[in-house]
Amino acid sequence: MALRPEHEIHTRRFGRNLGVGLTLGAFILIVFAMTVVKVTQGGILQAPAAQAGAEPAKGTTP
Amino acid sequence: MTDIRAFEGPQEAGFGDYVQLLKPRVMSLVVFTALVGILVAPVSVHPVLAFVSILFIALGGGASGALNMWWDADIDAVMRRTKNRPVPSGRVQSGEALGIGMGLSGLSVLMLGLASNWLAAGLLAFTIFFYVVIYSMWLKRSTPQNIVIGGAAGAFPPMIGWACATGAVSVESLLMFALIFMWTPPHFWALALFMKDDYSNAGVPMLTVTHGRRSTRKHILVYTILLAPVALAAGFTSIGGPIYMAMAAVLNAMFLRGAWRIWKRDEAMAEADNYAVEKSVFRFSLYYLFLLFGAFLAEAALRPYGFGGW
Repeated sequence: MALRPEHEIHTRRFGRNLGVGLTLGAFILIVFAMTVVKVTQGGILQAPAAQAGAEPAKGTTP
Repeated sequence: MTDIRAFEGPQEAGFGDYVQLLKPRVMSLVVFTALVGILVAPVSVHPVLAFVSILFIALGGGASGALNMWWDADIDAVMRRTKNRPVPSGRVQSGEALGIGMGLSGLSVLMLGLASNWLAAGLLAFTIFFYVVIYSMWLKRSTPQNIVIGGAAGAFPPMIGWACATGAVSVESLLMFALIFMWTPPHFWALALFMKDDYSNAGVPMLTVTHGRRSTRKHILVYTILLAPVALAAGFTSIGGPIYMAMAAVLNAMFLRGAWRIWKRDEAMAEADNYAVEKSVFRFSLYYLFLLFGAFLAEAALRPYGFGGW
C-alpha cells in the first residue's frame, strides 16, 4: 500500500498536465509540418531578386 | 473535534473544462463550413496547409467562445441551458477564461496568417472582434435584433476558408456568408420559442421577450422567406450545380412549410403539444444547413468526373 494515497485532485492535475503537454507537442509537430511544406514549395526561400527574374545590380559581376 | 479539515479553495479545472470553454459543439459547425469554403474554392491548397488553416480557424472560433463565456458568466449562471458552463459553475476562473481567450485569439490569427494568407487571418481577427465586442459586449444585452447581427460572426468561417484558398473575397464566398447569416435568425428564434423562461430570467432582450411570441413567429416566417432566394442564388454561381439546386429547392420548400406552420399556431396550440412543431423546425434547420453545405461539397467532389457544377 502506498504511504500517501492519491487524492482526486492529483489525478485531475495529472490529466490537465498531460493534456497541456500533448497539446504543446501537437503544436510543435504542426509548426514543423507547416515549415516542411512551405520550404518544399519554395516561395519563401527565394530572394526577391530571384523571384523578379534576377537582373544583377549595377557594379556587380554576374 | 478534529484537526482534520478539508481545504475548500477554488476548484481546480481539469483539461476537459478548458476544452468546454472553447464551445466544441459550435467549433464543429465552424470546422465543417470552413472546410467546405476551402474545398469548393477553385484553387487547390496543400492538404497540410488546409488542415492547419481549418484547425486555427476552429481555434479562433473557440477562443471567441472562451471570451464570450468570460463576459457572459453573470447571465450564463441564471439560464438553465448554460449554468453548468465552466465559468459560472466555478470550475474555471474568470481570469483564466479571459487569458485563454486572448492568448488563443492571437495565436490562431498569427498561425492562420502564416499557414495561408493575411486576408484570411484578418477576416478571422475581425470575426473574433465581431463576436466578442459587437455581439457579446454590445448587442446581446441591448437589442432584440442581437441574433440577426450576431449571426454574422457564425457566417464568416466559409468566407475565411475561401480566402485561405484564393486569397480573395468573391461572390461565392459572400453568398455562403449570406446563407448562414439569413439562416441564423429563424434557427435561434425557433429555439427561443420553446426555451421559454431562460432568456427573460437572464434579462437578455430576445425577440420573444421584447416583442412577444406572436411577433417572433412572424419574424421566423419573414426571415425564412428571405433565406430562400439567397440559398437559390448560391446555386447559380461556380460552386452550385444541379445537385445543389435540387437540394436547395426541396430543403427551402420544407423550411418554408415549417415556418408557415409556426406562424399559423398560437401559444395555446404550441403548449398543447409541448412545442412539437417549433422543436421539429429547430432540428430541421440544423439538417438544412448541413445538407446545403454538403451539396456544395458534392458538386466540388464530382466536378473532376464531369458531374458536378453547371
